Amino acid sequence: MNAIQNSFRLFRPMRNSQAQISRRLKKPLKKSGMQIPRGLSPTRNDKANGPIGTSKLVPSPIWVQSRFFQRPVLILGLALWIVFSPAVAEAKKLNVVTSTTDMAALTQEVGGDKISVESIAKGYQDPHFVEAKPSFLLKLRQADLLISVGLQLEIGWLPPLITQSGNPKIQVGAPGYLDASQFAEILEIPTGTVTRAMGDVHPLGNPHYWLDPDNGRRIARGIAQKLGDMDPNDSAYFQQQFLDFDKRLSAAEQKWDQEMQPYHGRKVVTYHRSFPNFAKHFDLDVIGYVEPRPGIPPTPSHTIELIQLMKRESCKVVLVEPYFDLKTPQSIGQATGAQVIVYLPSVGGEKQVTNYFQLFDYDIALLIKAFNATK
Amino acid sequence: MFTSFTLMSRSFRTHGFRTLAIASLMIAMPAYPQQSGASQAGSGQPDNAALLQKIRDLEDRVISLEGQVRLLKSQAAPAPSPATAAATATEAAAKAAPVSPTPVAPLSQAQAISLGGAGGSAAKALNPDISAIGDFIAVAGHNPVQPSPSLEMHESELGFQAIIDPYARGDFFLSFGEEGVNLEEGYITFTALPAGFVAKVGKMRSAFGKVNLMHNHVLPWVDRPLVTNSLVGGEDGLDDAGVSIERIIPAPKGIFVEATGQLFRGDSGGTEHPLFKASTKSDVSAVAHLRTYKDITEATNVDIGLSYARGHNDLGSNFLTQLYGIDATLRWKPLRRSIYHSFIGRGEFIWSQRQQLPFEQRAFGFYTSADYQLGRRWFLGGRYDHSDRSEFANLTDQGASAVLTYWPSEFSQVRGQYRFIHYAGNIDTHELLMQVQFSLGAHGAHPF
Repeated sequence: MNAIQNSFRLFRPMRNSQAQISRRLKKPLKKSGMQIPRGLSPTRNDKANGPIGTSKLVPSPIWVQSRFFQRPVLILGLALWIVFSPAVAEAKKLNVVTSTTDMAALTQEVGGDKISVESIAKGYQDPHFVEAKPSFLLKLRQADLLISVGLQLEIGWLPPLITQSGNPKIQVGAPGYLDASQFAEILEIPTGTVTRAMGDVHPLGNPHYWLDPDNGRRIARGIAQKLGDMDPNDSAYFQQQFLDFDKRLSAAEQKWDQEMQPYHGRKVVTYHRSFPNFAKHFDLDVIGYVEPRPGIPPTPSHTIELIQLMKRESCKVVLVEPYFDLKTPQSIGQATGAQVIVYLPSVGGEKQVTNYFQLFDYDIALLIKAFNATK
Repeated sequence: MFTSFTLMSRSFRTHGFRTLAIASLMIAMPAYPQQSGASQAGSGQPDNAALLQKIRDLEDRVISLEGQVRLLKSQAAPAPSPATAAATATEAAAKAAPVSPTPVAPLSQAQAISLGGAGGSAAKALNPDISAIGDFIAVAGHNPVQPSPSLEMHESELGFQAIIDPYARGDFFLSFGEEGVNLEEGYITFTALPAGFVAKVGKMRSAFGKVNLMHNHVLPWVDRPLVTNSLVGGEDGLDDAGVSIERIIPAPKGIFVEATGQLFRGDSGGTEHPLFKASTKSDVSAVAHLRTYKDITEATNVDIGLSYARGHNDLGSNFLTQLYGIDATLRWKPLRRSIYHSFIGRGEFIWSQRQQLPFEQRAFGFYTSADYQLGRRWFLGGRYDHSDRSEFANLTDQGASAVLTYWPSEFSQVRGQYRFIHYAGNIDTHELLMQVQFSLGAHGAHPF
């Protein structure tokens, strides 16, 4: 009994009438079957009750003690801070965020100094598996335009970022959301039933479409158009930038085509299916993949099959994206005498590759070297 | 001239011929001026160049049309109003007519007769993303305190997710036990509110700490930590109908700060031992969460959160339960090898203050865990548990687990967990938990 009394010292008597107390405690009493001494009640809503004799900790007036007073002040302050802190920094330049570096590079070409552009993914990162880090939200919440690769390449990470960004401008369907795949020629669109037995297939077609200069031109044109729509004052500037890019790209394309001319029809193997547009443009023949199915890591049986296929077809080049492990490709290389090269699917895959032109320069130089070495 | 015409028409019939045509023209060109005079070359080349340009332009138009068709077919985005859809479709058809009339015309017809948004095949495209995730658990070992069945289809989660309109998206997650269904979550997220606010309305897992937000299938373990079971409402957790508002708060030095405030009806944590229970309408519960995040390097980041929850417990309106939480997460994932190696270290510390008779119970519990990705398909993890019980704070349970997870693909997962728990009252249990999870359909990504 003594212990119980001690414990009740925690509770303060309420001034409420007995009726009130019993009404309040009806439920718990019934439920727990416990008896409470009259006039005692668990501490709650004690703001209205005067200090009691046992308490020596009441130096300040009652109203300051009040939880219900202190909390609102804190909460109100927090709320004011939250509401009135600037939502979006006013920037004069059009603020563009892209999902990958390639889109950023193309946007930079046509946007020039009238925009600022930043990519979420890095060039050496697997664009399928980017973490939806909160730090990206900081970029997205200030963006005027979000450019995605589309075709479900970013399905694992971009949608939650868009939802959480709190930025109405870049929501899917809003004017500030641009799916660049609509401008490009898309290959490997599955026909018939698509199932996961095919691995991580993209039902809308292969999303690695930017490695074709013609697609680069088309995307750039689309982006220039979009930038012009969003910033009509600079529309002519963006068009001019595009024409300039177009001219430079055509010249470069001619050079690349010439360089690749002797290697038309050469057979290659790639790790992932990220090469079809490049292969089509430069007339290379992709005969197989290190992955047995898209997104499924190499299996021993498939690797053996691939080695046999490469020997039969005398394929001497294995192309690997920078984010894949080189162990299996290298063992394939040893078995077949093929060159294993780490090509860049994206701008920024290596430090020195900072724009769309250098991407092709780098890859073509790499390919030519490998083709020559394995003649 | 004639040959180039045939080349042209052929190139539109098949994709493959397009480049062949261009290539052969290009190869033929350099040879041409050699046998004829310079004046002839001068008149012939511009013709070829113009034709080539024309081919390119037409090719570009075909590709842009293909893109538009794809967009129309695939767009899960808000449906354009029927009028504009029909307009764009007919426009597209008109554009396409001289080039390739066959593929586009039927689509325009389908669009023309549509009622109330999209019709025909396009209606299917606007179905929500539907997914089902199966969670099968087998348990070996004796546990008299918290017994689990030997073999159990623990949960089947159905997800329906779609963008509702330009201003909101909707998410439904129904979790089926072997009997009975439970609406795990079902809410609308308003994404286009002014001043950077994001609001949710519906039933949702509340933002108290980390584990409470996670669906079963994204947990790095088979079970939930002891502290969740003892203090935060068990597997159901803080999951209630209400309103949630969150906003990113500007902070210096690239620190991400986000505040969340939530108001719920006040019912949480299952029926047997509810965490919160609303005896009257005014017994609402509230949750507040402050999250800070910082990238240390591009591979490493830290995530620290403070949480507070307040509600009325099952003893009645006079009895409050308050929860205070701190969570900390350290992640490491090298970007170049992101699919092969990663590390997550995590801890959550929770204090519970439960008013009950004869006197208030103050309980404390925590877990710490570490998960390392060994290779593309393998994860190894461990967890340490420690928790008082909310109604009997002097009773403390402790436990430790080791977890090995194998992912045959992104869509299935096999996991084994060895679990040791030392329950209050000197009861030791050793259990082996096996879990198989599999996912069908398009399950949207979960927040980071």
